[in-house]
Amino acid sequence: MDNNPILRIATKILFAPIILFGLYVQFHGDFGPGGGFQAGVIVASAFILYAIVFGLEKGKELFPLSINLFLLALGGILYGGVGIASMMLGDEFLSYNVLGSSQQAGQHIGILLVEFGVGLTVSNVMIALFYAFASFESSNGEKK
Amino acid sequence: MTDIIIKNLPILVVLCPLMMSLFVVLIPNTFISWVVTLFTTLITFIFSLLLYQEVYQYSSISYALGNWIPPLGIEYVIDKVSIIPIIIITLISFLTTFFASKIMPAEINNSSISKVYSLWLLAIAGLIGLVTTGDAFNLFVFLEISSLASVALVAMGAQKDKQALVAAYNYLILGAVGATFYVIGVGLLYGITGTLNLADLSSRITEINDNKALVAGFGFMIVGIMVKAAVFPLHIWLPRAYAYAPSAVSVLLAATATKASLYILARILFSVFDISDTLITLTLTYVILPLSIIAMFAGTIMAIYEKDIKRLLAHSSIAQIGYITLAFAIGTKASVAAGFIHMFNHALIKGALFMAITSMSFYLNKRITINTLSGLGRAMPITFSCFVICSLSLAGVPLTAGFISKLYIIKASISAEGVWIALLILASSALSVIYLWKMIEAMWFHEGPKDLVIKENPTVYIALLMITFLNIYFGLDASIVVNSSFEAADQLLGVQK
Repeated sequence: MDNNPILRIATKILFAPIILFGLYVQFHGDFGPGGGFQAGVIVASAFILYAIVFGLEKGKELFPLSINLFLLALGGILYGGVGIASMMLGDEFLSYNVLGSSQQAGQHIGILLVEFGVGLTVSNVMIALFYAFASFESSNGEKK
Repeated sequence: MTDIIIKNLPILVVLCPLMMSLFVVLIPNTFISWVVTLFTTLITFIFSLLLYQEVYQYSSISYALGNWIPPLGIEYVIDKVSIIPIIIITLISFLTTFFASKIMPAEINNSSISKVYSLWLLAIAGLIGLVTTGDAFNLFVFLEISSLASVALVAMGAQKDKQALVAAYNYLILGAVGATFYVIGVGLLYGITGTLNLADLSSRITEINDNKALVAGFGFMIVGIMVKAAVFPLHIWLPRAYAYAPSAVSVLLAATATKASLYILARILFSVFDISDTLITLTLTYVILPLSIIAMFAGTIMAIYEKDIKRLLAHSSIAQIGYITLAFAIGTKASVAAGFIHMFNHALIKGALFMAITSMSFYLNKRITINTLSGLGRAMPITFSCFVICSLSLAGVPLTAGFISKLYIIKASISAEGVWIALLILASSALSVIYLWKMIEAMWFHEGPKDLVIKENPTVYIALLMITFLNIYFGLDASIVVNSSFEAADQLLGVQK
């Protein structure tokens, strides 16, 4: 698809708004429909679109596998970390009440961080799945 | 700090391997990732021992996740019943991780070892979570975590033998069918009762009489769990999965994976539903009892005709699962206790046998079939003696752990059902001697290749020695296992509503 300017330019134009929309869904999730899972998929779709249009190599240049794996684990660690933090502060696992100065503030911080963790993991799992399936074909061609 | 740990023990046993699996995946060095995994399993084992102490102090611990009061929120319940599979899983996972240090790099590419250990911890976390949770849907989630992680682990065997991919695929599809059946059952029960908390569910079920959806829901749940537990006609995935998984993974799965599901089976049969209910009595006598008896013989006979040793042991596992479900099916306190005793002992026995075979294939660097066993007994005396001791334990010879469990199962079946079941158990044990002898004969009496020189490696056999020692120890002094199992059976069946 390298020689198709419409696709390439459209992708470049769309890339930032897709991520912006992902962030909107992410942080709007506290108050309305949305949340980490949906936002993660939307953000991942931007990177996947880029890799589809510009090729897998370029996609991996933009978003290397090592960062992908790191962020994938980091999201889970963030989620669990919130739980551990609330245990350290003397309450049950994932009890947000103790995280802030008041109960409401605590709930707010808790859900924000947890959803962010979910978003990170989901988007990176999506990208990792795409990379895995996309590189499957090429590695199959040069089978040992 | 200790306060916090004690207070949060029920979640910590699950959280520790779950969180560490995320860290392990980021460690590039294979040795460090092994050390971290070993350390994690050790800590988890210590947590479970602490939990054991706590349970015997308070009899049952309830932990509300996120401080949402059950039955609204997710509840983790540790009682005298669930502590037994937790101890089994954490103990075996520690020993197998210790054992895996040299075995794993021999079969897996260096680049993917840390990922394998990450999956390894994830599978352990899933199994422990399965046992600790008191919420029907959360149970499903852990069921999926553990089985998806184990499917991926089995598939890693493809680096040595492409058959592993077929095995993993079978396991994936059948496992998914099982999990779907379970969740359909949960859905039906949720529709009738409006609750997902297992304790709450059981109290609401007693108020409902003669509801077809209830029966359907029960059926779906039981069949789903029976697939996961590899109860006889639903065991097809098991031999292949155990045979073609990377060796260390076979040890872990053979010793722990079905135990957690068997526990869930017992929990659904006796605790969620009521044993005095005709539905349960009918299921036990007309479904589970006959299937267990067939399993005892079918598993053993398939093992006798099997040439590949890992498959042979897997078939023998099916027969042993038959003993456990048979004990549950008889449904008296003594027999359920016997089931738990055998659950613990079988984990030790099968873990040890798989370890011994794995060490042999590690030294020889090829698959172990009945023909390659020739002369191995003399070439590797330590591994061979452990193998013989654990074989005796499997056959149920006195002074080994296997004897204790057979003894209690037979005692319980005689007092409940008369002599005929005891005779069947004895017959099946006698048959199992055939395949055990076949292996031992090949190892000791058959002439091996002349150039067969093997230097046994301490890092490989220490774990094997430890688990063999446990086999003998729990054969000589079984009081801890027997007492905890009877306490568990009391708690499981005792509170009749």
